[in-house]
Order: sequence, then C-alpha cells, then structure tokens
Amino acid sequence: MGRYLLRRLLQFVPVFLGTTFIVYTLVWAVPGDPFAGKCGERQCPDTFVSLMTERYGLNDPLVVQYFTYLGKVLTGNLGETFSGVSISEQLLNSAPITVRLAIVALLIQIVIGVVAGVVTGIRGRGYLDNLVLVSTLFLISLPTFVTGSVLQILLGVEWGIIDPTVSAQATWGELIVPGFVLGSISMAYVTRLTRTSITENKHADYVRTAIAKGQPGRRVVFVHLLRNSAIPVVTFLGTDLGSLMGGAIVTEGVFNINGIGGLIFRNIAEKEGVMVTTIVTLLVLVYLLMSLIVDLLYAVLDPRIRYD
Amino acid sequence: MSTVYDGERGEFVAEPAADTVPLLAVKDLRVEFRTNDGVAKVLNGVSYHVDAGETLAVLGESGSGKSVTAQTIMGILDMPPAVVLGGEVLFHGEDLLSAKPARRMQVRGEGIAMIFQDALSALNPVFTVGFQIAEQLRVRRGLSRAEARKGAIDLLDLVRIPHAKQRVRSYPHEFSGGMRQRAMIAMSLALDPELLIADEPTTALDVTVQAQIMDLLRDIQRERDMGLILITHDLGVVAEVADRIAVMYAGRIVEQADVYALFRGPAHPYTEALLQSLPRLDLKGQDLKAIKGLPPSLTRIPPGCPFHPRCPRAVDRCHQEVPDFHPLPGDRHSACHFAHEMLVSGYPGSNPDKHSRGLSRGDA
Repeated sequence: MGRYLLRRLLQFVPVFLGTTFIVYTLVWAVPGDPFAGKCGERQCPDTFVSLMTERYGLNDPLVVQYFTYLGKVLTGNLGETFSGVSISEQLLNSAPITVRLAIVALLIQIVIGVVAGVVTGIRGRGYLDNLVLVSTLFLISLPTFVTGSVLQILLGVEWGIIDPTVSAQATWGELIVPGFVLGSISMAYVTRLTRTSITENKHADYVRTAIAKGQPGRRVVFVHLLRNSAIPVVTFLGTDLGSLMGGAIVTEGVFNINGIGGLIFRNIAEKEGVMVTTIVTLLVLVYLLMSLIVDLLYAVLDPRIRYD
Repeated sequence: MSTVYDGERGEFVAEPAADTVPLLAVKDLRVEFRTNDGVAKVLNGVSYHVDAGETLAVLGESGSGKSVTAQTIMGILDMPPAVVLGGEVLFHGEDLLSAKPARRMQVRGEGIAMIFQDALSALNPVFTVGFQIAEQLRVRRGLSRAEARKGAIDLLDLVRIPHAKQRVRSYPHEFSGGMRQRAMIAMSLALDPELLIADEPTTALDVTVQAQIMDLLRDIQRERDMGLILITHDLGVVAEVADRIAVMYAGRIVEQADVYALFRGPAHPYTEALLQSLPRLDLKGQDLKAIKGLPPSLTRIPPGCPFHPRCPRAVDRCHQEVPDFHPLPGDRHSACHFAHEMLVSGYPGSNPDKHSRGLSRGDA
C-alpha cells in the first residue's frame, strides 16, 4: 500500500514535466503577437515591445525559456502576466469559485443521479424507467451551452427566479443553477451507470442471501446492494470531479462566473503563455490526484482489490 | 404420517394437538416460470413435511425442483419470472404464502434459515464475515455493536473455525471453501432457527471437507433439535444423515420413505435407477448403470407419468395416467402405478443383507 502510493506519487513528476513542456510549447507555437492590442488603438511602440521582450526573455530559445519558467515555479514563484498581474494572486481569486461550482455540480450529480439510478434500477422496466432513460438521453445530447443559455433565459430573464448572472462573490446559492448546468451531462451518465449497476447486482447471490437471512428490505438495498453497485459509480464521479474543475469554461462563460474556466479562456485569447501553462498544469495535477484517490477508494469499496 | 416418530419425539411435544402439526409442511406447491421461451412448469404439486429434530433429504437431478421448493418456502423466488400458482407452506400450521411481508421477514432467519451451495457468491464480498454474522444480531435482535461482535465470534467458534477472534475480521475471499461454508452455517444459526434448509451445502467442496461439513450440520441439528431439510443429489450424503427421503422428479415428489426402507427397497423405478447408478465395490469392473435419457424439459412434460420415457417398467397405462402419490405400508409414499408390485417382488439391487443400513432396522 505504502509502496503503491509512493510509486503513484512519483509518477506525477514525469507527468508534470511533460504537460508543462507540451503546453508551454503549444502556447508559444500559436501564431500572433502577444503585444497586439496591448496599447489601445495604436500599435505598441518598439521600445515597449523590446523592453517587454527583454524582460520576459522572449528572444531566448524555447528550451531556455521553459527551464527558466520551471526554475521559478519550483521555487514557488508562479510569475506574472505581461500586464504585471501576479499569477498566483489571480489563481487564488478564481480557484475557490471553481471549486465551489464543481462541488455543487458533484452534489447534484450524486443526489439526483444516484437516487434516480437506484430507483429505476430496483423497479425495473416501467413508466418511470422510460421517463428517466429518455430524459437522460436528452440531457446527454444537449451541449452545455444550450442547457445553460435556456435555463438562464427561462429562469433568469423570463421568470426572474434567479439572477441571470452570478455576482463576483459567487455564493453557494447563486451557483446551484450553474452547477446543475455544469453537471447535467455527467448526472445523466451517473443515473444510467447506477441503474445498470443496480440492475446487474440485484439478482446476485449475496442479495438473495441477505433477503433469506431476514434482513429488512431497505437494508438489503442500501447496505448490501448499494455498496457493491457503488464501485463503477464512484470511479466515474472521481474522474469527473477532475474534469469538472477544468471543464467549466462554457458554463462560467454563460453565467459570467469569475472562475478558472473564464481565466483560462481570457488568457488563451491574450496569449499569456505562462498563465495558460500554469493553469493547465494545475488542472492536470488535480486530475491525477483525483484518479489516485479513486484508485485508493477501490480498495476501500472492494476489499478483494489489492495493491502491489 | 408422522406417527412413526411419535415414540422418539414424544417428549418434545407439549400440546396434544401439536403432534399433528409438523414443523413445516409443504402442500401441493405449484410454481411456473414464465419466460419468453414459454412456460416452464417447475413445481407440479410438491408436498412434504419435516418435524423438529428430523432430517429430510430432498433428492433429485438438477432441474427437478428441489431448490425452487426451498426458495418458495423462504420466499426468495425471483418473481417474475416465477409465479406461485397454488399450494401452501405451513410453518407451525401458519401459511407463509399468504402471510404479510413483515411476517415473512420475521420467519426468515428466526424460524427458517437457509444455507446455499456456493458460499463464495452467497456471502457479500465487500463485508467481513463478522459483519455479516453480527448484522443478524444487531438488526434482528437489537444487540449493540460490541455484543453482536462477541456473538459472531461465539458462532464462529461453534462452527469450529479456528482463531475465531481474528477470523471475524476476515473477508469471505480470505477464507477457504470449507471455512466459508462454516461461516455461512454460523450466519444461519445466529437467530437460532427452528428449521434449517441446506441447499446442496457440500457440492462445491472437496470430499474430506464435505464430510466435515456434514458432521458439523448433523451435530448442530442434534444439539438444537432443529429440523433440517437437506437438498442434495448425493446419495452417499443422504444415506449418512437423513431420517427420511423425498425423491423429486420433474417438479413432483415421486417417492417418500424412511431412509432405511428406501435404500432396502425403492417403491419407484426412478429411485431404483438412482440406487443402481451408484458405484459399488461388489460390482467392481462392471459398467455403471446410468439412467437412460434425459429429464424432461419442464416446458414440455410428457403426458402420463413424467418418468415413463425413461422407465424400464413403463406400460401403456403409464403413457396416459398420471400416477397418484399414494400411501404404501410402512409410512411411505410413491407415485408409481406399480409401487406395490415393486415392494412385493423385492429389490434385486444395491443393499445386500449384510449392508449396515439394511440390517439396522426392519420395515415393510
């Protein structure tokens, strides 16, 4: 177990180096002038451009630039953007909002998705099952920006139930609808996954044993059946939380949320290479960490799984 | 029907009326499986009974309805596809089939417990053995966690699992096959049931372990004066532990008799064929006599006696008339038109006089 954990953590190092280098290279390979439009209507004066180029080492070979960047990151200095804003400060402003949004989305997935999956899985074919299958198919086939825009217009503009956009504080309450939009597709998958898993397991021998033992019906379902059916669902939820963190670009755009998604979008447009590299690397690390947690959870959920 | 056992069991019978009510009586149970491929008539009027302290062996080939009968008694049939068409399951005279779900749940574990063939899949893989035993005590008896754990350790001790205190924390996959079956027996005994149904408890185990498990079951049954229904297709096991035998074929009981009587002289050609198919030391080197043909498909059970296509004694009457399950001398029953003739003409088969089972008791 300890050795397994160490091995997995060590794997983070090459992944970290690889992603930072690839993203760094890609951002630099994008054609265009990072200083275009930085000086209002006019073109930036040559002196400004050469000063900035000097200051950010833009004339150095790519590899040199990369290692300079890496050295700074490893000493805890994430650097600053071309406009002189501290990257770590920006991250600290946006990250909590995105994390909050992701948690709201995850909770909605678990509550609605798992409940709908368990109910349809146990009841089997019928009206409710068809309703859930059709509505999840509907959600899966809708792109996030459609779900987002429709809900924003209906709930926010037409009926006035919510504010159409989220305030700068992005409180939990304000994030419910955006969280639903962000999590809707995964929620549909969670529903179907839970339903399939329950359907497969409900005729298992150990469920029959639990009934034959005289355990109450709800215990048979919620202890014996659910625990065994949870394994694929937890896997999905874990890896999905990783992508929820980074995949919020569209949702954050629609609801004007100041999170990581918006940050990365603006910085790609402005060719802020260092910023983009930092965020993407961070997201990759979050993703890796989530999959590590999921892998460790396996052993908790299913004692037959052994590491080493 | 139960008068034979009065002499032995009389002391346990408190009420004069109680001796006419067996611990469990199954009456004319009829069950169908309705699938897309058609309707399979799985049980076609099964009746048997078992008393406290008695072991009834239910014998038959795969698909003869042994397990389905047990599952109907326990109320764990998958419905659909199964449909219970009729019959009664009387536990102390109370019909379980018409009982409320809450009452049925109460009877499970406390009145009737069941152990299954494959303990590895029948135990929940994600919970420790101790949890699964203690769960019974916690949920059904309202014991605290610590008390229930102690109870679980005692039960593991009872089924002779060494180092019960440590083993209570093990998961089913960490046990050997025999230990798993022991753990399952421990779990079934948690609520001190009056009747235990063992559905082929030793089929998945190797021979030495089989014997240990059967010994354990027999000891526990004697200690607790528990009724035991032993479902098996192993005649050897039956001969050793059963008091009475019910032979099933195509969803019917075809013969029911005292174990000694049945081994000495079967009153149904199917039982006779089963006994003849046993390997015997005195017929060493000869071919085994297998029963010709296959059991009928339950979607198309032949008219008349269901065994007639494979029966060496079959005559025209067997093709048309379903034989009654009728009483015979010596408290036994048979569903064969020629049961009387079979008993009178004697049985040329498997039990010579010097056989221990043949000598120990006279009957018929």
